[in-house]
Amino acid sequence: MKSAPPQKIQDTLADPQLQRAIYSATGRLAENRRKTVTADALPDYQELRQHAHDVKQHTLDHLDKYLEEFERNVIARGGKVIWASTGAEACAFISNLARERGVKLVVKSKSMTSEEVHLNEHLEKDGIEAVETDLGEYIIQLTGEKPYHIIAPALHKTREQVAEVLHAAPDATPESLTAIARATLREKFLAAGIGITGANFLVADSGAIVLVENEGNARLSSSAPPIHIAIAGIEKLIPRAQDLAVFLKLLARSATGQPLSVYTSFLAGTRRAAEPDGPEEFYVVLLDNGRTKILADVEKRQSLYCIRCGACLNHCPVYRKIGGYSYPWVYSGPIGKILTPQFLGRDQDSWLPFASSLCGACGEVCPVKIEIPKILLELRQEIVEKSGDRAERLAFRMFAWVMRHPRVYEQFRWVRKMGKLPSAGPLKAWLSQRDLPNLPAKSFRELWRERGRS
Amino acid sequence: MRLAEFREGDPVGKFSEALTALAGKVVIVATAEEARRRLESMLEGKRVVASRAPILGGLGEAYSREACAAADIGLTSADFALADTGSLVFLTESHESRLISLLPPIHIAVIERRKILASLDELLSRVPHPSVQSSAMVLITGPSRTADIEMRLVRGVHGPGEIVVMIVGT
Repeated sequence: MKSAPPQKIQDTLADPQLQRAIYSATGRLAENRRKTVTADALPDYQELRQHAHDVKQHTLDHLDKYLEEFERNVIARGGKVIWASTGAEACAFISNLARERGVKLVVKSKSMTSEEVHLNEHLEKDGIEAVETDLGEYIIQLTGEKPYHIIAPALHKTREQVAEVLHAAPDATPESLTAIARATLREKFLAAGIGITGANFLVADSGAIVLVENEGNARLSSSAPPIHIAIAGIEKLIPRAQDLAVFLKLLARSATGQPLSVYTSFLAGTRRAAEPDGPEEFYVVLLDNGRTKILADVEKRQSLYCIRCGACLNHCPVYRKIGGYSYPWVYSGPIGKILTPQFLGRDQDSWLPFASSLCGACGEVCPVKIEIPKILLELRQEIVEKSGDRAERLAFRMFAWVMRHPRVYEQFRWVRKMGKLPSAGPLKAWLSQRDLPNLPAKSFRELWRERGRS
Repeated sequence: MRLAEFREGDPVGKFSEALTALAGKVVIVATAEEARRRLESMLEGKRVVASRAPILGGLGEAYSREACAAADIGLTSADFALADTGSLVFLTESHESRLISLLPPIHIAVIERRKILASLDELLSRVPHPSVQSSAMVLITGPSRTADIEMRLVRGVHGPGEIVVMIVGT
């Protein structure tokens, strides 16, 4: 049996304020994207998508080679690579390093990978304060929530709610709320012993990590504290610095509709002798946490091409209704639907791949051309084959048999004569969310026969 | 092909248009002397932390973490600029730091006109291995910004909310 979708979906649908917030935010992001990928704005957009897809495919097909090259180059620049096969290993390394260096305060810039491994909870448990510094992440860290959207973590919060969290006047403007956060976080940046960031890309030929952001908190996290740790999934690799142009052009456009994000940092190793600032220690934690399992699946390996732009969320008619918290894991939206069962197992939350209209919008806007609808279908097939409902399987087998036998099929004329399908039994739940068109008076076969006679 | 077409175009105009659209400011001056005069009047009465790039002629305080944290203005010299996106490119080296362009609320960058490149593609073909030169290559495209509260655009979150680029040369 498939598992049932969570109650959170109903709660989200019933909350008009939340519905408005999701709809307008995702709508605006989608519209911004559209303007920057038109034929005028970016004539080679489709070629860039294909190129990005090909680079990712090549890299993941030869990941062993590129991972080793990456590590060699990180070491050559004075850094160190930590191989973490699980989230617990990644967290333990960071926690131990903080303890060894006597660090009590850590600043963090937004990283979905660190959310995936619950790094903050882990550090807190070990008595280390970890402060999120992206404005949206900071807000939801204060409220004890998870990111609502890959690139807009506090999308569901109104300014009044943010004002309350920051102890500001209820009528405070977004400008003044931002200023309050800036002042508080500035002190944290200057006092922190370790800065933790994610990585949008890992560059094999340079041993570098690339960070893309708008606020400046990733630059501060990677430059102000004496130790910089980047945590990233192994799939973030690209072969050469030169490949970046393609990805940078696509990433910011797809995410927020900017030709380039405000800050793009290409960081390789520790501060050099002649440089005035930069970290004294540089670590890259390379996380597997189930990625090699997906890598082994040739058909669905492309799930790992994702560059976390969030475009599929903004264009998904399901995400735009049920919102980020209806999804069981940190990755929501269409990409979450294909990643979650592959990372956590098909049995858990098996309803996920079925909660899609298969409209195809996600695949169409994906900057690296991941065939999300196709993967959804493959996952559905795997789930049904393994644990499908026997009655459902029998019903479909009968349906297939009837469809292959025209004479038998015609015996079911009476179904159409009934006009509306009865909203009862197994059809009731299905029809509660759908309006069927009125059935025509005559079937195609009847019309065909009449024409033939005349 | 597109690069060739661009070469015949107007890099300064294109850069200015792109940066102005992001609420950055562009000042164009003909000579180094004029640049210095303009800078002196822009910096008057302000606390300034500046890189020691020769083009800046020793204006402002030299780098220190404390100076960066306290300054009103960070003054730098960019290694390159990208015309099509209005971006500045910095390779942290002996005279450029990471924090001067980041901590003060206003960032003023001076760049020679000939260092304006067409695009990211041209940058990466000129600097195919940034890590050989520096531990940090940073592209700055407009003022620091966020839209995390109700999707409202706010400038100056963690980085400078104002950015001024002075282009020197004709």
